[in-house]
Amino acid sequence: MASPTTVAPSTPLYAARRRKNFVTMAIAYAATGFGLAWLALILIVLFWNGFNGLSLRVFTEMTPPPGSSGGLLNAIAGSLVMTFLAVIIGTPLGVLAGTYLAEYGRYEKLSTIVRFINDILLSAPSIVVGLFVYEIMVAQMGHFSGWAGAVALAVIVVPVVVRTTEDMLTLVPDTLREAAASIGLPRSKMIQKIAYRAARAGMITGVLLAVARISGETAPLLFTALNNQFWSTNMNAPVSSLPVVIFQFALSPYKDWQELAWTGALIITLAVLALSITARYLGGQSKKS
Amino acid sequence: MTSSGRKPVVDVAYPAGGAMTEAASPDRAKVLNKLRFSDSSFKFLTRAAAIAVLIILSGIIISLIHGSLPALSKFGFEFLIDESWNPVTEKFGAIAPIYGTIVTSLIAMLIAVPVGLFIALFLTELCPMFLRRPIGIAIELLAGIPSIIYGIWGLFVFAPFLQQHVQPFLIAVFGPIPLLGDLFAGPPYGIGVLTAGLILAIMVLPFITSISRDVFEAVPPVLKEAAYGLGCTTWEVARNVVLPFTRVGVIGGVMLGLGRALGETMAVTFVIGNAHRISESILAPGTTISATIANEFTEAVGDIYTSSLIALGLILFVITFIVLAAARLMLMRLNARLGK
Repeated sequence: MASPTTVAPSTPLYAARRRKNFVTMAIAYAATGFGLAWLALILIVLFWNGFNGLSLRVFTEMTPPPGSSGGLLNAIAGSLVMTFLAVIIGTPLGVLAGTYLAEYGRYEKLSTIVRFINDILLSAPSIVVGLFVYEIMVAQMGHFSGWAGAVALAVIVVPVVVRTTEDMLTLVPDTLREAAASIGLPRSKMIQKIAYRAARAGMITGVLLAVARISGETAPLLFTALNNQFWSTNMNAPVSSLPVVIFQFALSPYKDWQELAWTGALIITLAVLALSITARYLGGQSKKS
Repeated sequence: MTSSGRKPVVDVAYPAGGAMTEAASPDRAKVLNKLRFSDSSFKFLTRAAAIAVLIILSGIIISLIHGSLPALSKFGFEFLIDESWNPVTEKFGAIAPIYGTIVTSLIAMLIAVPVGLFIALFLTELCPMFLRRPIGIAIELLAGIPSIIYGIWGLFVFAPFLQQHVQPFLIAVFGPIPLLGDLFAGPPYGIGVLTAGLILAIMVLPFITSISRDVFEAVPPVLKEAAYGLGCTTWEVARNVVLPFTRVGVIGGVMLGLGRALGETMAVTFVIGNAHRISESILAPGTTISATIANEFTEAVGDIYTSSLIALGLILFVITFIVLAAARLMLMRLNARLGK
């Protein structure tokens, strides 16, 4: 690059540089407008189509047979139960593993490997998780089940929780740990009573983010929990879930089903947005950034 | 995080209320022993959980290999290069889904990478301060929207729009041009490889934007200010200071986005058309690995059919594993450089 001091302003070079800057900056503005416009468009269409079908019946009636109207009650219930079970299974495992990474083995070789593998699991294709759980549970038991769906979702929960737990525990100042150690507190008590308490908001954020992540997951449920058109509380049998119902109904030729799919999509989106906003709010409280 | 009125934590080792008398010492030894046990068992538990993460990954790999063995042993290497996909004659090959996966992801990256980088540039250099946080938060929230939402939107809104307005235009403009015309040949179906690629682009855009923004923000202000002080324009600072400094991180972020695009299932399944063939035209229906599995797995009859689908899953996992591992290594290199 030519040294600017040798070039007086308003020479052709200077004008060319300014022109180039103007053009690229205009592109940056346009790109932002372009990107946000698509995303806004998707949300507007979703709200428009979703609100049309939103009524009390959606929450009180079962998924209808083709050609008649109904609600999404069994799908919503199935989603809630499987999400709950997945969190119950996945959170303790994730929190403990995150604790090891941040507290006991922060600088150990094992931790480096676990961190790396965990990051890969974090963005691994969720359909592969579905295949995995199909192989270890559905194929062994011989039938699809709600438990298999919950386990598949739990496999997705674990890496999210591991990551946030580790990040949040790392943010806890070492002086707190040293203070606890100096009064003779065993390490495990220090972690449970001091570190967890200091990192609590952040760790809850992690769980909320994990719930947000799995509440829209469809691919891992397609061949684990399958689907069920009726009310079912039997976790050993196929259980319906909101995303799978949306998938099935949207691809059907029936108008009522398609409308319910839009409504279901709106419900999921609202739930995910609410969860992520809560998580952000909590996370913003625990660390200033 | 302190609160008054709680029992002092030191008490756990002094059951007799803090007094260290001769009579209390057996009790104290007992309590200390108990503590020692709970301490080591907690450590053991956390270590086991950390190892469980490794077990999950190896479990995925082993179960996929185990499940795909029947197909792989029947078809051998041919599975990777065969285009046929015939459940009736039980002849399966993976090249059409692999091709579809790669082409749709390429289209997505071609669009999302430049747009995402320019948005990140806008957010770090141009955007007024009071708008930075809202736009940043909006983009992160959008990154969290489930892919099935993009899929249903693509099916009902985007594909018909493309079919009526964009694809006829593309066919009319590029169709007569030799070579390039082959890419845009055939009738406008609406659904197809191009539509899937575009939906993927919209989906990975928030990811690429938010990672590049984080990476751009990591550039030490001193470097940028020095360049501005020399009289550089904003573009010159971005091109000659920010990008070279963050190159590794940007490539890492792009590959994370690519990993997502390769493995994405629902957004693609709705609009790809599920046709097991390789067409020259990107307007034609095709299929991807994930869409094939999602569409056919529950209906697959026979061991070979199921096993072939699991083998597809194995291929997908291997591809994304390589891409994601490379991405993480690059991001780790950038962090090491920043001294984190």
